[in-house]
Amino acid sequence: MNNQIPILELKHVTKRFGNITANEDVSLSVYQGEILALLGENGSGKTTLMNAIAGIYYPDEGEILVKGKEVAIRSPKDAYHLGIGMIHQHFKLIDVLSAAENIVLGLKDNGRYNLKAAYAGIREICDKYGFDIDPAQKIYDMSVSQKQTVEIVKQLYRGADLLILDEPTAVLTPQETDRLFQVLRNMKADGKSIIIITHKLNEVLAISDRVAILRKGRYICDIKTSESDAQQLTDAMVGHSVKLNIDRPQPKNPKDKIRIEGLNVRNKEGVQKLKDISFTARSGEILGIAGISGNGQKELLEAIAGLQEIESGSIVFINEDGTEDNLVGMDPRKITAKGVTLSFVPEDRLGMGLVANMDLADNMMLRSFRTGRSLFTDRKDPYELAEQVVDELEVQTPSISTSVRKLSGGNIQKVLVGREISNVPSVLLTAYAVRGLDINSSYIIYDLMNRQKKKGVAVIYVGEDLDVLLELCDRILILCDGQVSGILDGRTADKQEVGLMMTSLGGGKADE
Amino acid sequence: MLGFLLSFIPRAVGQGIPLMYGAVGETITERSGNLNLGTAGIMYVGGISGVIGAFLYENSAGPENMNAFLAILIPMLCCIIGSLVMGLIYCFLTVSLRANQNVTGLAMTTFGVGFGNFFGGSLIKLAKADVPSIALSKTSEFFSAKLPFAKNLGGFGTLFLNYSFLAYLAVIIALLASYIFFHTRVGLHLRAVGENPAAADAAGLNVTRYKYAATCIGAMVSGLGGLYYVMVYASGVWSNDAFGDRGWLAIALVIFTIWRPVHAIWASILFGGLYILHMYIPSGTNLAIKELYQMAPYVVTIVVLILTSLRNQRDNQPPASLGLNYFREDR
Repeated sequence: MNNQIPILELKHVTKRFGNITANEDVSLSVYQGEILALLGENGSGKTTLMNAIAGIYYPDEGEILVKGKEVAIRSPKDAYHLGIGMIHQHFKLIDVLSAAENIVLGLKDNGRYNLKAAYAGIREICDKYGFDIDPAQKIYDMSVSQKQTVEIVKQLYRGADLLILDEPTAVLTPQETDRLFQVLRNMKADGKSIIIITHKLNEVLAISDRVAILRKGRYICDIKTSESDAQQLTDAMVGHSVKLNIDRPQPKNPKDKIRIEGLNVRNKEGVQKLKDISFTARSGEILGIAGISGNGQKELLEAIAGLQEIESGSIVFINEDGTEDNLVGMDPRKITAKGVTLSFVPEDRLGMGLVANMDLADNMMLRSFRTGRSLFTDRKDPYELAEQVVDELEVQTPSISTSVRKLSGGNIQKVLVGREISNVPSVLLTAYAVRGLDINSSYIIYDLMNRQKKKGVAVIYVGEDLDVLLELCDRILILCDGQVSGILDGRTADKQEVGLMMTSLGGGKADE
Repeated sequence: MLGFLLSFIPRAVGQGIPLMYGAVGETITERSGNLNLGTAGIMYVGGISGVIGAFLYENSAGPENMNAFLAILIPMLCCIIGSLVMGLIYCFLTVSLRANQNVTGLAMTTFGVGFGNFFGGSLIKLAKADVPSIALSKTSEFFSAKLPFAKNLGGFGTLFLNYSFLAYLAVIIALLASYIFFHTRVGLHLRAVGENPAAADAAGLNVTRYKYAATCIGAMVSGLGGLYYVMVYASGVWSNDAFGDRGWLAIALVIFTIWRPVHAIWASILFGGLYILHMYIPSGTNLAIKELYQMAPYVVTIVVLILTSLRNQRDNQPPASLGLNYFREDR
């Protein structure tokens, strides 16, 4: 394979944003019919590098060669003329248009504008690689996985030979991931080249032929997947040896902390989001919540934190001395004062909890601005907290006074999660705390959660990576369609079982 | 009753056509994601540019020797060039320099009105008129020319055929814009740019070019509204500040028509009717009531805003990136 001319070759590519260097002297090549996994920690410049190939950013230095010829990719249009198609982490689709309209967008076919002809072309591609989409469906009616399919079909319709996928599995269920991988293998068999960015090592090992590793914007090495294993890849990525086991200490003296009974919640449009939820969270225990995104996780956590109006049901908080308080209808501020903290990491990380244009210390202050005696804010404590979070979670930032907007996605998230965990809670509610985080940072977060657990905190962790939920949590509650599909013991549950319960109530056994 | 309608509707149309031009022009602009609050100023500049052209031609040729073709062509060209320049300034500031769209738009309105009043005042001085206005009645005659047989066709003729060619042009532009938006590739691309420029860019579209083109075309269309107002509605009489708040009404109409130019045709006539409704209440009615009638167009706009927000249907929302500037390398 290595005797061929690479379909894409990067030579000494450097890209800077102001005084932040995102990529430095990266050289890399991709061959025809190969799946290359790009691995690196958060902020190691993977997405920036791929954006440079897709024409979103223009590199400051270095050369890009396509099929042996030097090219300048100044815009996404140039990239697509060269047969390069990128599927971004945040899909580049227009919600109010149909799938077919999105797919033909920007194409200059000869003749009249004719969507019917496009439908035929789209169906042909779908049949060839095993996709399933309805060309006339509007994007806003689609699930995340369907949107991703539209993105991939769009690139193929334009005749892309090299597909770049930026964390494609972050938003998919295990079943959807399997289906995606099958499609990728079909494309590879058809001679297409694929670059895939992912943090999940098991996926890297399952799908890729070769792994290229970036660390702090620099290219480290590339390894044949067949000759490697998870430990070696992690060590190369982080630069030092990392222990890949998640601790799961036995819960010490668990006591009921929060008891939920018959909880029903409707959203503003009147759609029932939670139906008859009952469970108990205990101190010194991590309760995992599994479920496909949008099945009521957000509403559940917000209901506990007092941010969501409740239709019926009770949420009881059990104090240290055994007395009970109903949290329903209580002011969120009072709930927070009881030590119930919520950190919800939305898909759009900046959407909730942080202010993009404020610096790290000011963002820490969003939690504590009510304390202090005088008219003036106290800046010292938040500053120290910011320093502590940066230090503990290894946040990559030029300084504490850098605005959060300028950090990479993963680092932004560390700031958010670090702030919430630092709040010394009695109940820690956290959702998608490691969404998009690299292995090393994820493990730091798991470690932090375990530390809270040992302190006797009741941790409720909404996660999306089933492997992690199974390794970390003492018990796992599975949500499906806003209902409890089942509660399993984390030590004995099995992935297939959980996956099935996520997609149908009780794993499809109860009904039908 | 019929007699009332026959006199009311043509007047509502006459009042509505400037709004139609303004609304369609602004819709074209907003479909590209540019919220051009300068429309009021652009219509003002369109009007005064036409007046300058007409004034120069009328004075150089003399009222007797005016050629019908040139008398229409020169003011129209001047109007289009004037509003095009305004559109270009707006684009340069917001698209190329990425200035805030609201601030730029408001500045354009202030500038446009000032520009109009300055040149309007100068022309009035030049014409040595004894009233603070300037009359271009000869040019207006050419603009207001109607089909000669329209009057003889009874009610039908009065309602549908008895207007200046500029009125029909407005309807044609609105229909054409609607067709382009929803049935052509260019329209698809334009909507994509207004909805999600990053996605459009990733699909290989030149976002800057679409924004410039749509905004400039939109400005030229809006400008014609100013020209219609002076030459047809006001019978060629320009006086400073007479144009009033029609530009703002046009912007409100864009929301009223949920960004569909085809609706602008009936909606602007409706607004035109509401605008003049107060003249039809019996004389002797309390003046306060008259003021209430004058509020009608604005009240209707607010009600429509509330209704469309309540319905919250995805297809009827404003272009998603309306008012936001696009920079590819933004993080």
